[in-house]
Amino acid sequence: MNKLARFDWYSLLLYVVLVGIGLVNIYSALYNANDNSIALSYMQKQFISFGLGIALILIIQFFDTKFFERYASIVYLFSVLSLLGLWVFGTEVSGAQSWYSIGGFSLQPSEFAKVAVALALAKHLGDFNTQIDRKRDYIGAFVLLGIPGILTLLQPDAGTALVLFGFFFVLHAEGLPSFFLLGLVSFFVLFILTLFVGVYWALVTVVLSGCLYVALQSKRKRKKAIFPTLVAVLFFGGFTYSSSYIFEEIFEQRHRDRFNILLGKEVDAQGIGYNINQSQIAIGSGRFSGKGFLEGTQTKGGFVPEQQTDYIYTTVGEEWGFVGTFVVLVLFIALILRIVRLAYKQKTTFARVFCLGFACTLFIHVAINLGMVVGLVPTIGIPLPLMSYGGSSLLAFSIFLGIYLRITYQRIA
Amino acid sequence: MRTRFFPILVGFCGIVMLLRLFSLQILSDEYGDLSLKNSVLKQYVYPERGYMFDRNGKLLVSNQPMYDLMVVPKNLRPFDTLDLCTMLRLTKQELNVKIAKAKRYSMRAPSVLLNQISKQDYAALQEKMWKFPGMYIQRKSVRAYQTDVASNILGYISEVNYFDMETNPYYKRGELIGRQGIEKTYEEILRGKKGVTYLQRDKFSRIIGPYKEQKLDTLPTPAQDITLSIDIDLQEYGTKLLANKRGGILAIEPSTGEILMSVSTPTYAPNLLVGRERSENFNLLKQDTLNRYLFDRSLQGQYPPGSPFKVLNALVALEEGVITPKATFTCYSGHFYARNQFMECKCKPGSKNNLDRGIHNSCNTYFSNVYRRIIDKDNNAPEGINTWHDHLRSFGLGNYLGYDHPVGQSGYVPNANFYNLWYPNQRWRGATTVSNAIGQGEILMTPIQLANVAATIANRGFYYTPHFVKGIQGDFIAPQYKTKQYTTISDEHFIPVVEGMANVVKKGTARIAAIRGIEVCGKTGTIENFTKIKGVRTQLTDHSMFIAFAPKDDPKIAIAVIVENGYWGGRWAAPIASLVIEKYLKGEVKRTWLEKRMINGSLEAEYAKVTSNEPFEINE
Repeated sequence: MNKLARFDWYSLLLYVVLVGIGLVNIYSALYNANDNSIALSYMQKQFISFGLGIALILIIQFFDTKFFERYASIVYLFSVLSLLGLWVFGTEVSGAQSWYSIGGFSLQPSEFAKVAVALALAKHLGDFNTQIDRKRDYIGAFVLLGIPGILTLLQPDAGTALVLFGFFFVLHAEGLPSFFLLGLVSFFVLFILTLFVGVYWALVTVVLSGCLYVALQSKRKRKKAIFPTLVAVLFFGGFTYSSSYIFEEIFEQRHRDRFNILLGKEVDAQGIGYNINQSQIAIGSGRFSGKGFLEGTQTKGGFVPEQQTDYIYTTVGEEWGFVGTFVVLVLFIALILRIVRLAYKQKTTFARVFCLGFACTLFIHVAINLGMVVGLVPTIGIPLPLMSYGGSSLLAFSIFLGIYLRITYQRIA
Repeated sequence: MRTRFFPILVGFCGIVMLLRLFSLQILSDEYGDLSLKNSVLKQYVYPERGYMFDRNGKLLVSNQPMYDLMVVPKNLRPFDTLDLCTMLRLTKQELNVKIAKAKRYSMRAPSVLLNQISKQDYAALQEKMWKFPGMYIQRKSVRAYQTDVASNILGYISEVNYFDMETNPYYKRGELIGRQGIEKTYEEILRGKKGVTYLQRDKFSRIIGPYKEQKLDTLPTPAQDITLSIDIDLQEYGTKLLANKRGGILAIEPSTGEILMSVSTPTYAPNLLVGRERSENFNLLKQDTLNRYLFDRSLQGQYPPGSPFKVLNALVALEEGVITPKATFTCYSGHFYARNQFMECKCKPGSKNNLDRGIHNSCNTYFSNVYRRIIDKDNNAPEGINTWHDHLRSFGLGNYLGYDHPVGQSGYVPNANFYNLWYPNQRWRGATTVSNAIGQGEILMTPIQLANVAATIANRGFYYTPHFVKGIQGDFIAPQYKTKQYTTISDEHFIPVVEGMANVVKKGTARIAAIRGIEVCGKTGTIENFTKIKGVRTQLTDHSMFIAFAPKDDPKIAIAVIVENGYWGGRWAAPIASLVIEKYLKGEVKRTWLEKRMINGSLEAEYAKVTSNEPFEINE
């Protein structure tokens, strides 16, 4: 096979197309017929980031494949240090101290931390001695995820912390006992259930499902099952009780509001519900084919806050309609599935885990961002990969893609 | 299984997302409206309402600016209430009530605090507006009337109500609509058509430019001016003559059907229904059930026509060939039309009356005989009365004339069915309904119908549908006002009747109506009328009635005058009609003594009798 054909052009093309769509919509979101200078300066910055991204991808292709595995620990360490350094050198932007300002540019180290975590995790799992279903090893993996997770959560940057949570899917795919994922899902379901029906009904549900579980066991096993079930019921009961406590006491009002809006408990289109209401109006009013480039009335009027960053999808929805949102969605799914497909073609565990980490990071980003914009997920500040305005995010994903391309080039069948 | 989990999750989330997008963008159609409401401001551009002129080009109705004091409760700050209240002549309580009302409506949206502030108050207020944060002044255009009369013709405009908006989607809240009179009939012409501008708005509701490059905008269609057929000087003069009397004058130009005047008294100045006192004034006018200011006696007043109706009976009889102009009937100061039923007449006993004398002496006996001949022509009263009815219908009686004013009454002309219901088994004849002979029976007519009869006789057999508009933006008028309406009476029969009417003024009952140099044809009427006082049918003093046209040859004006409870026709109605004719044809009135008597004469004492709660004499 010729050398160039072994390169994953397909993913690179998807990357370029998505960034291109992003640029068009960022321009539209910022466009102002009377004074377009802001839009132009933003476009300039984003173009520079794009150029830098392409350059990085190119440079990475000249690295040796072994390089990434060898220096993964150092990159990880450096990344954790950069996160720690925020407490000393970071600048605060809208309540979160998660930026370094260097000259005119600002960098968000948590974006790059995702790449570092993917590398570190790949290296950890790729080690001959590591067996993920072993307690010692999966705790090691948890620590690798936990350190940057806690650091970002403290900034506070819940979005990045949540993305790191997404690596659980990778661990699960690699053989982490299902117990963990099941537990996570149960926690999640119980949490939502508690918010919906209140503590007492949730407790009743927990107890009933415990009884049901015992009752469904065969006679022989029933006696044995009673004690663990009792422990589980007590544990989940405690969680249910505490989730209500967490919600009411630890969450701030704005967090509670975000959930309540989603659950349909509160609709205040002027106050806390403004964002979600306006972004739904923007997307919904695009109908099938959209209002046309630079014709979106919601977009032009600036009704959707942060439209060029986290809410860029609303511009697509308004100006390009269902056609636009559908195309973007399909492009993202295609890219994610492509990466997953190539991941399983890799010969080394390191390469496979890194690719899966990339796919997972992309997936969590896309799912939460789009879910938030259309009102399926509570408001969490997380950009849409490749499309949202923002240099750090674009550069981080460019590096992700660059390494991915380099690794898969080596190992492609 | 483990390797499949993640791709399946991706696919599942993709499908959920797709369904959500489908429901948002394809299924739900509320968001389009919401985004328009959000970001597109629809602004109406109103053309200035059309002016009205009288037939001589005098401006009657124009527009003037008025000012509304608006308030946005959210932006209100403590201010000097005393200062504002004194300027606007409000009490502090009133002001507080108004502000509370505005707050209830909306904290952010502006509402009207005080509407229609006059130019004078505006001047004072504007200087001090900076002292009242949260308030601003909004200009709007309202009607300005350049005359104190003709309110019954011009009508008025008012804000559209819920019903108007339901029936005509053109109208939006707060817009004005012609509510009465010419303003109502010609609403669409006077209004024009509003234009629309769409503006793109940003999240702070600031205008950031046109929407869709103004492709959707429409220009307003300008309103058109209307020239009315009325002569405002004549209208003013008529109003003056009818002062302190209840009644109506309606004059028509026979050769065109143009209505020259339409006076109804008591009346009100049209400017009373403009400005802030409007609703108060309107209620006062509306609630006065004795003077009935909003009731147009010249168009809506239904009266038994009385003696003027005799000329119509004469015309029908001539057409039906039951009399000749020379045929005479003898009057014995009245006659028995049935056993023990005597109808009085003012003729000397034994007078022999032909058509001419019958008309100018207004002989009841003569016309009773004529009427009975018409009805009993073939010894078939139902057929006879239906023939009579059809002839009268051709004069526009018993129906709306089709003029361009929204108010009116049809009047009434009975036919055979009517009497068949009253007298079953056809036990009725001409004599049974003989009151119709002298216009006192079941017949009802409005002054405009009477004036139109005068115009028809003046034209010797046809009329143009009367109308108030001489031209719309130039001289266009609807074609139906240019079509001759022929009666069923042949031309030649009008000649003797016109002679008789001329003699009414020359030597008959209305000699007072004679004008030097002008041959006036007329017919007086003295109309018995009744009302119910505490449930008891009570006769009141007769109405004074007169119809006329002049000059006899080539008539320029046909007129009907009614003065309620004015006693006999020659007492009020005939002199008033005569003065109006003189004023119209000669431009000035020489008989100042008569003019003075009419203007100063008052019938208030007569009207007070009804409400006095005491027994009273009539016809004194």
